[in-house]
Amino acid sequence: MVAKPSDYRVSDVYADWCPGCGDFGIMNALQMAFAELELEPHRVVMVSGIGCSGKEPHNVKANGVHTLHGRTLPFAMGIKIANPQLEVLAIGGDGDGLGIGAGHFVNTGRRNLDMTYIIHNNGVYGLTKGQAAPTLKRDLQTKSLPRPNINEAVNAIGLAIISGYTFVARSYAYDVKHLKDVIKMAIQHKGLAFVECLQPCPTYNDINTKDWYAGEDRKDADGKPQSRLYKLEEMGFDPEVRDWKDDFSKKMIALEKAQEWGDQIPIGVFYKKEYETTYEDRLTARIPFYPTRPPAKQKLGDEESNSSVDLSEFLDSLKTS
Amino acid sequence: MAGGAQGAGVDAAATIFGRACGYGGLWVFGRREYHSNIKGLHSYFHLRLAKQEVLANVNDVDLLAAFDAETVVRHVQEVVPKGGIIVDALEMGVKVLEIPTLPPEFRAELKKWMIENNIGETLKDVLEYAKKHNVKVFPVPYRAILANVGKTLNTPQLSKITRMINVLTIGVSFALLKYDKGLVERAIRAQFPQKIVNMNIIALDQAYEFAEKTFKAEFKHKLEKIDVSEERVFLTGNQAVAMGKVLGGCRVQTYYPITPAADESEYLEAHEILKTRDEEESIVVIQTEDEIAAINSASGACLAGARAATSTSGPGFSLMAEGLGWAGNSEVPVVITYYQRGAPATGLPTRHGQADLRFAMHAGHGEFARIILASGDIKECFYDAAKAFNLAEKYQMPVIHLIDKAMANCSQTYPIFNYRGFKIDRGGLLTEKDLEGSEYKRFQFTETGISPRAALGTKNAVMWYTGDEHNESGHISEEPLNRRLMMEKRMKKLDLVDKEVPAEEKMNFFGAPLSENCVVSWGSPKGAIIESIRMLQEEGFNLGFLQMRMLDPLPAEAVKRVLMGKKRIIDLEDNYTGQLGGIIKEKTGISPTHYVLKYTGRPTSTTEVYNALKAIMTGKATEKEVLMFGS
Repeated sequence: MVAKPSDYRVSDVYADWCPGCGDFGIMNALQMAFAELELEPHRVVMVSGIGCSGKEPHNVKANGVHTLHGRTLPFAMGIKIANPQLEVLAIGGDGDGLGIGAGHFVNTGRRNLDMTYIIHNNGVYGLTKGQAAPTLKRDLQTKSLPRPNINEAVNAIGLAIISGYTFVARSYAYDVKHLKDVIKMAIQHKGLAFVECLQPCPTYNDINTKDWYAGEDRKDADGKPQSRLYKLEEMGFDPEVRDWKDDFSKKMIALEKAQEWGDQIPIGVFYKKEYETTYEDRLTARIPFYPTRPPAKQKLGDEESNSSVDLSEFLDSLKTS
Repeated sequence: MAGGAQGAGVDAAATIFGRACGYGGLWVFGRREYHSNIKGLHSYFHLRLAKQEVLANVNDVDLLAAFDAETVVRHVQEVVPKGGIIVDALEMGVKVLEIPTLPPEFRAELKKWMIENNIGETLKDVLEYAKKHNVKVFPVPYRAILANVGKTLNTPQLSKITRMINVLTIGVSFALLKYDKGLVERAIRAQFPQKIVNMNIIALDQAYEFAEKTFKAEFKHKLEKIDVSEERVFLTGNQAVAMGKVLGGCRVQTYYPITPAADESEYLEAHEILKTRDEEESIVVIQTEDEIAAINSASGACLAGARAATSTSGPGFSLMAEGLGWAGNSEVPVVITYYQRGAPATGLPTRHGQADLRFAMHAGHGEFARIILASGDIKECFYDAAKAFNLAEKYQMPVIHLIDKAMANCSQTYPIFNYRGFKIDRGGLLTEKDLEGSEYKRFQFTETGISPRAALGTKNAVMWYTGDEHNESGHISEEPLNRRLMMEKRMKKLDLVDKEVPAEEKMNFFGAPLSENCVVSWGSPKGAIIESIRMLQEEGFNLGFLQMRMLDPLPAEAVKRVLMGKKRIIDLEDNYTGQLGGIIKEKTGISPTHYVLKYTGRPTSTTEVYNALKAIMTGKATEKEVLMFGS
């Protein structure tokens, strides 16, 4: 199977994001990543939450499950555990994953399921007209806020690292190629991968705009804009834990990098550890046939649909005769 | 009845008592009461034993085995003449009003009762009162016996073995009842891990010996074993539900710890590898971070094609309401086992209640189809738990299985469940072959409203789900006509449930069908009602009993046929507002004439149901009777 990004386009759905929305870039990056990995659409499940980002799966030809606000990860977890052979991607907004769904964000990290979680971070709740998202920096007043934001911002990268995600990366919706590469690495990572995707909201975030990210406001002597984004991989940053004894220091360095913001915003992979056991490995240690006969693949009944289960082990221990 | 401080082994004693009686061919019904507390507060169990099947508890206590003084003062008034009380000989001097664990309300009641009956301040004085009422008192020097046990075991440290007071009371009780000690020993062996079996058996022996020597034939009751050939089991509602789920094909169970639901999930996790005829299967039990994750991950598992369920009680179900709506909107066959307890809020977290029927029916915003099953006893818990998955998948809607704390924690003897031949009906789940060459639409309009379902991951199918209103492909649509058709598609499946599921699976009828008197109820009061109407029948009062098992969609026509023209319709349930009575009125236009309600957090007993029904039949009752039994 040789796939093209266009194979993953949905013909009968109009992508109704605002013109210039970063979601288009993310959609393109997903379609490109799927094509390059030659993922069969029926084997992929994109699970999303609520908000503009929640519509992402409707615009990609692969299974889509558009769920509830903040509940992206629990749905994704249920799907993945029932059938670990599926390629599961959870996709949500910043408010979805770090506000209403923050408890799931942390607890899913503890499980290290082999799936990918992409957060769209634009700093605002777009679909409800621009309220502050948990990632909006304190004291900023984006266009529709009646007062400047009074809350500190959540550091998504830092939270992912300390919650147990074993691949933590950041990319930018307008750098589709970089985003595609990061998404590919996230999908290929064995374990729970987190990708924070920075994106402007052209309608409601008038501070962290495309021009702001591009550094249009800070041109060098030649008049060339100085982008605020820089790529970790171009700085020789090595995020990978190759030995247990380095885990702590790699985490600390990644956390330090995660603090950078303002005129120097790193994108790329912050942290990666592949030899941590996944939730699937942990289940397999208890249920040896789990990978080949997971819950969704069990027969339940015989040819005549009789339940094939034998309850004698349960009943024997309850017998009084 | 046996009671003591929580953490003192009351639970283990209950199981040993029940099993020992079960081994002797007796029928057992056991009720467990405990506080929301780890150690120290009063807990007890009440076993009813008989030569024929027993379906519920009665108020009377024949033998009270008290681990501590509080148990005596809590239950002394329940012990009937000719009954006995086993008590710690060293606690006679305890000033009962100073027992630190007594809550102020109970202390006040106790004080009043002691003044009214001219009872002195010590436990001995309370027991003197019992003796006056022809109750035998059996003082046992628990600690002296334990010291002896310690000597035999070479464990001089008494603190290590004080937990065995429970086994001492078991030994004394069965000795008084002149019951075969071998059966008790067997129950002890079945209960404890190997390394502590021996010490418990030594304790049992010494208690037996002490009681036989000291009390001789002072107790008039005798427990005789009966030879039985049939196989029987003794189990709780939690265990029955767990087994039913396994039988029904549940392969993912999610939960967040909550009383009284969590025991079921833990029991399942302990049995995660399942034996089948050909190969092993498994149930994956996931402890989630909250009930929101529990329902939604169960729904996710369903979408991937597994049969999945979650188990909770009121507070957890409150958190699940939004997820339930998503499942309704996306036609997800998720099963929710809902153990009702005393509510609202945290309510009575370890006590019983049946006040969540309306909530289960209406939880979630908007209108969507769901099925609500309500089991009336432990055996129904088993079969309904299995059946729930067939209904969920066949009609593609969430199924709520309503149980209550009484059933969850009660234990009962049953002839072994016959489960062979239980059919799995997946409602025509599509395979990759079925899907070849067609463009799959998950929510395709059909005559019945049921769209062909395929699991995520099935080759030849790509599908979309959304919590938004959607078109046949599963993409968002806000178009009015599509909305109308989708609403009708989802809701009309309920008509199909109404038509296809036979009435005998939705309700049971007991007693006199032609009688002009009928009790209506649901859930755990079932046993007490059946026993009461039998007793009343013998006295010449004829009553029927309609037990509702499917509450949504309520089989209104069938209910109407039963209740039409009745003179007395007695709605009996464990809540304040008579929820089932109200629903029957709404759906059939027929109103109950009497309400017998209970909301003390304790299950209904046969004694009090009998009394209430008799009062109604003899015109001595008001329109609403409130039951109070149980401490």
